Amino acid sequence: MLLSMQGISKSFNGIPALRSASLEVGQAEVMALVGQNGAGKSTLIKILTGAYRRDEGSILLGGNEVSFTMPAESQAQGIATIYQEINLAPQRSVAENIYLSREPRRYGLIDRRAMREGAAAVLRTFNLEIDVEAPVARFSAATRQMVAIARAVTQNARLVIMDEPTSSLDEREVAILFDTIRTLKRSGVSVIFIGHRLDELYRICDRVTIMRDGKTVATSAMADMPKLALVRHMLGKELAAFEAIAKDADESTQRSVRLSVENAGSGVRVRDVSLTVRAGEISGLAGLLGSGRTETANLIFGADRMERGEIRYNGEPRSYRQPADAIADGIGLLSEDRKVDGIIPDMSIRENMTLALLPKLNRAGIIDRARQDEIVERYISALGIKCVSPDQPIKELSGGNQQKVLLGRWLCTDPKLLIVDEPTRGIDIGAKSEILRLLRRLADEGLGVLMISSELEELLAAADQVTVLSDGASVAVLPRKDLSEAALFAAMAHQVE
Amino acid sequence: MNALLKALALRSPGDMARLGVILALFGLILFGALRYDNFLSQYNILSFLRYNSMFALIALGMAFVIMTGGIDLSVGGTAAMASVIAALLSPHHWAAGLVGGIAAGLAVGALNGFIVTAMRIQPFIATLATMLAAYGTALLLAGNQSVSVSYDSGFTAIGQDDFLGFPIPAWIALLAYVAGWLVLERLPIGRHVLAIGDGEATAALMGLKVRRTLIAVYLGSGALAGLAGVILASQFGAGQPTEGVGWELFAIASVVVGGTLLTGGSGSIGATLAGALLLAMVFNILNFENGLGWISLSAYWQSVIRGGFLLIVVVLQARLMSRREEKA
Repeated sequence: MLLSMQGISKSFNGIPALRSASLEVGQAEVMALVGQNGAGKSTLIKILTGAYRRDEGSILLGGNEVSFTMPAESQAQGIATIYQEINLAPQRSVAENIYLSREPRRYGLIDRRAMREGAAAVLRTFNLEIDVEAPVARFSAATRQMVAIARAVTQNARLVIMDEPTSSLDEREVAILFDTIRTLKRSGVSVIFIGHRLDELYRICDRVTIMRDGKTVATSAMADMPKLALVRHMLGKELAAFEAIAKDADESTQRSVRLSVENAGSGVRVRDVSLTVRAGEISGLAGLLGSGRTETANLIFGADRMERGEIRYNGEPRSYRQPADAIADGIGLLSEDRKVDGIIPDMSIRENMTLALLPKLNRAGIIDRARQDEIVERYISALGIKCVSPDQPIKELSGGNQQKVLLGRWLCTDPKLLIVDEPTRGIDIGAKSEILRLLRRLADEGLGVLMISSELEELLAAADQVTVLSDGASVAVLPRKDLSEAALFAAMAHQVE
Repeated sequence: MNALLKALALRSPGDMARLGVILALFGLILFGALRYDNFLSQYNILSFLRYNSMFALIALGMAFVIMTGGIDLSVGGTAAMASVIAALLSPHHWAAGLVGGIAAGLAVGALNGFIVTAMRIQPFIATLATMLAAYGTALLLAGNQSVSVSYDSGFTAIGQDDFLGFPIPAWIALLAYVAGWLVLERLPIGRHVLAIGDGEATAALMGLKVRRTLIAVYLGSGALAGLAGVILASQFGAGQPTEGVGWELFAIASVVVGGTLLTGGSGSIGATLAGALLLAMVFNILNFENGLGWISLSAYWQSVIRGGFLLIVVVLQARLMSRREEKA
């Protein structure tokens, strides 16, 4: 066994991120590490590389107990990490990137020839013949990744950690990467492969470690782990008791179609997505991480450009060039990451809520304070936002109440279609069902809601129909009557049939 | 055309900008030679080199700082302070003045490096503060007036004498540029400077010693500014606590005209020298033009022109970069 991590625990501010997690990797083995967002994969890896300190547990590397305090130490011990955002200096040459910090020297000066030839030689072992003196920014993501791997190899890495290495690669590039991984394996190097696309895991990995809620829930040879079982291990938790608030059977199919997306595609993340949202309905969008849910939302909203397919809004073909156009058409997008895209922490609830509305609120260039107050008061009471006053800074509110303020921000623009991306992430359980009830009520008033969610119980409780994405394509549409945990698992596990 | 570019080893828009500055420099020289009688006279060439060596030295230090993605606004103040300290020490020995001035520059550089790396303050703010502190120190030490240097210790030779027919300051600048080129192109630290400018977090993840490299860069800029201060005192016979205003702008303009990106990660020593010479040449030509009597530009106008020049170059550079990003 090359690496053995046992009983690893780690808490952040008292909140456990890892609870006695374990990970074992054999010599020349490709180990898949899978799990949902927040399952603890990246925390575990950061503890291994020394970016975080563990609270408990032991790490054996090559039989010796290790405890790294910073990434440079684990690198020196032969652990190399290839990050999703490939970490190279883009303007420096390929050769320099491979040898940076360990430049071959002659008479004290850099031996440029040795560097050039060494770089070319190691790249040749991966069947890559490129100009090693050209800046890396010139090359495709796949080539850059290969350069990063070549760097790892020249550092005598024993264990290469790849964090979602295929997320920005196309089909052909993935094949090249997998060849590279096989080459690594042959030379005795082990790989930890963090990924979400099941087909790829089955193609390249020997074994799989599945994490959920900070624990290692299953370890097995890849061949002994059917896809369905893998997905169940990843997602299956005790369903929280949400009251079912979805519509009764086929009532909604008679309503008018608010949004229809047909065979939409853009880049490699969104390949072929079709879905519909009706007025008065909550339409769910499910799928594993990396299946293209958020990217699909960005396409509809005009944040990304659609390359293929068609979007119809209220029956009319639409292709928004920028979110402002979509907003003007009555579409809102409540994004996944409140902290980054949404709230302005130091500003008041009033200001946060009416930010998108300010252009309409001014009278002779001055903000109409009376109308602003009226709108803010209305939504604070309608959404049940718990706050001291509208002037309270939004950062003082709980996650659930912040989310309600953002919801209010969109609602006061009077949208006809609202896309909500993980609307209950980071919110406590009571507030979760409150947000879901709120969405339901809005739908009852005629709003079309497209709800992206990783939480099955949420979809089961609230969605009137669920479209399932897998690897950038819609693979199933489950109407309310067919909606069950098992059906969702099956749809997510089976990639393109 | 493509073959020509290849032969000249021109790989990037940055290289094109560097070629541009060299062509512009030759164009200006040709223009001056044709238009003014004494432009290529020995006197003009030698005094041009003697005077502008100071600026070239400061531009060299600035080039390294900018390549890391930082900026050093303190160079003018540092030079002023170093000139006063060198003048004060010059009666003891010419070397005392030289070493003292450089040491003063190193001290400011060390302070800059410390503030930027250990205290994580933006270089712009950090060096703005040390600039004011350096001017204040210069005025304190000089008692609010210029400090005459010793004419007996041989200190004035540094700035005024020739060696093998060339001004000593020009020799010093030439040596510094050769050393700077070696450091950037042939020593690991030079490549690390560029990698850090390309992305500091990434550089750290690749195992580079980011803090140490940044401190070295600010030390170098401080030392070169100190050396420029020594030359200033020696050349004009006095430590000048109020000199140096706007020198940082001249240095930044030289570096940027030389094709070095203000965002860091790319740059060339040779083109920085060409940039410094180009800017200096513009002012030399303006002086000649004044002499012809067609126009009359005061020293104040020079600083307006310098600022305008920098603005134009930075705008051009930003547009070049955004066009490249669109392509990518």
